[in-house]
Amino acid sequence: MKVLVAVKRVVDYNVKIRVKPDGTGVDLANVKMSMNPFDEIAVEEAVRLKEAGTATEIVAVSIGPQQAQETLRTALAMGADRAILIKTDETVEPLAVAKLLKGVAEAEEPGLVILGKQAIDDDANQTGQMLAALLGWPQGTFAFKLAAGETALTVTREVDGGLQTVELTLPAIVTTDLRLNEPRYATLPNIMKAKKKPIEEKTPADYGVDTTPRLTVVKTVEPQKRGGGIVVASVDELIDRLKNEAGVL
Amino acid sequence: MTTLLIAEHHDTGLSDATAKALSAATQLGGEVHVLVAGEGARAAADAAAQLNGVAKVLLAEAPAYAHRLAEPLADLIVGLAGAYDAIVAPATTTGKNVLPRVAALLDVMQVSDVTAVVAPDSFERPIYAGNAIQTVRSSDAKKLLTVRVSAFAAAAGGGLAPVEPVAASADPGVSRFVEESLAVSERPELGGAKIVVSGGRALGSKEKFDEVVLPLADKLGAAVGASRAAVDAGYAPNDWQVGQTGKVVAPELYVAAGISGAIQHLAGMKDSRVIVAINKDAEAPIFQIADYGLVGDIFEILPELTGKL
Ligand SMILES: Cc1cc2nc3c(=O)[nH]c(=O)nc-3n(C[C@H](O)[C@H](O)[C@H](O)COP(=O)(O)OP(=O)(O)OC[C@H]3O[C@@H](n4cnc5c(N)ncnc54)[C@H](O)[C@@H]3O)c2cc1C
Ligand SMILES: Nc1ncnc2c1ncn2[C@@H]1O[C@H](COP(=O)(O)O)[C@@H](O)[C@H]1O
Repeated sequence: MKVLVAVKRVVDYNVKIRVKPDGTGVDLANVKMSMNPFDEIAVEEAVRLKEAGTATEIVAVSIGPQQAQETLRTALAMGADRAILIKTDETVEPLAVAKLLKGVAEAEEPGLVILGKQAIDDDANQTGQMLAALLGWPQGTFAFKLAAGETALTVTREVDGGLQTVELTLPAIVTTDLRLNEPRYATLPNIMKAKKKPIEEKTPADYGVDTTPRLTVVKTVEPQKRGGGIVVASVDELIDRLKNEAGVL
Repeated sequence: MTTLLIAEHHDTGLSDATAKALSAATQLGGEVHVLVAGEGARAAADAAAQLNGVAKVLLAEAPAYAHRLAEPLADLIVGLAGAYDAIVAPATTTGKNVLPRVAALLDVMQVSDVTAVVAPDSFERPIYAGNAIQTVRSSDAKKLLTVRVSAFAAAAGGGLAPVEPVAASADPGVSRFVEESLAVSERPELGGAKIVVSGGRALGSKEKFDEVVLPLADKLGAAVGASRAAVDAGYAPNDWQVGQTGKVVAPELYVAAGISGAIQHLAGMKDSRVIVAINKDAEAPIFQIADYGLVGDIFEILPELTGKL
């Protein structure tokens, strides 16, 4: 079975972003960018499926600017076989990303598409579910564990009260949660090998998808700051202040 | 304008998340109908009918809805969508699972995790782990929103809306429920608790977590939370994770014990009314947002605190 993996280039999770003072957005100049952490988990899972003999080929897809090539190279170095870059400098919302991925899925006919549950920049948590809807495929979101069979996939999901296991008819969509696996680091030899793996370049127009945003960003501001707190000297002082000052006990 | 609110419930009762999301739905300005989809969910529908501001409850019952699988549930909602200008769901794992599926089928761009309704077409939502707040205006004819419930007060009771049955839609039959393991606990539910006590990597083991965090939580009548590091290490179950990619809470009191205060953790608790941090490192970032900080060893401080309360 062919596995498609969607990887997004986002601000590295260690970076504390700055909001532009004029309210027009987030300052991304000279900020370290990386693969969305949930997408690393998605690539890792695909590679493990290939190592287990379930997956035959792994195709990584990214929608973004030219630099998203670097993200795809990382996926290739982790073990993806080839990559597709759908190049655009515009902001592409989850709905349009899902439409583009649908185009790729129709051309590639994978048995499984793995995405992250959430991109850590827009925190939308939508794309996988939307792609599943557009393809009419079942979805196993927030995956904690996967077991792939010939015609069906068993997915254990992280849900609010604990874990839920569902069985999905293939082809299917999976979105990764944090505990699915621990992504490997790409080794130097694999990074070198990845340079020779093919990256195909496409545009949104190739898939006939209109990526015009449906949401207008009116403004972007910093969250309200909390007032400064105090350091207390003892447990007794803490209890006293929680009772008599904060009124929470 | 009419809004359909997708209820979060457990068949025999309604989750607090529904009453909170109702407050957001009401702010859109129109009439609000609540959809209760489940199996044997009459009690949940009756509870929804009593919420103030609900004009009508739609009750859809079928085996396919028993475990809220996204595929049949999305088809049901899409079938009802024609009558509505907005569809709202709490940003629970159920809401997050199904609503984007509905949105795509309706060709709508969903607005996730709404923290404020600015106008019927404009909403505030956090991005980048809550380090920026965006106001977005939707140009779609229908608005599809998931609501961050910690940002809204629960709607009051005292309503008396009619409950109408609605026909189940056909199950697309591509997904099947296998099993679930849901924790049963006497403790309050994390999302709605007045007090939350959370433990971090510093606990070192599940045994220690149970030994020092749980007694304090129980003394306070609190829910228990954890950092990702504590969950990954197996000290606490997955659904206790508080943060950007876990649960978002805003209790009256949040106690962070042995948690450093990474931005991903802060994203899930920084809107708590009072924050207490206990950490042996005086430089830990958690102290920058704590109202009360106590520098020291959690293995001494937590038992002392539990004993003196
Ligand atoms: C994609 C992604 C998503 C994430 N989502 C989340 C999320 O939702 N929630 C979340 O919490 N994290 C999340 N994280 C992880 C986050 O970045 C941090 O790694 C994590 O929050 C750290 O947990 P911690 O504070 O328990 O551990 P650490 O950062 O290791 O901190 C432990 C703290 O305990 C203190 N300590 C040690 N021993 C003692 C003692 N005896 N007494 C008192 N203090 C002591 C130390 O001084 C230290 O400050 C995410 C990360 C990524 C990449
Ligand atoms: N521009 C993109 N390119 C590739 N994959 C994406 C892109 N945007 C979103 N995705 C995928 O969809 C997941 C969820 O993103 P989101 O719905 O934006 O939170 C991500 O983890 C990726 O797997």
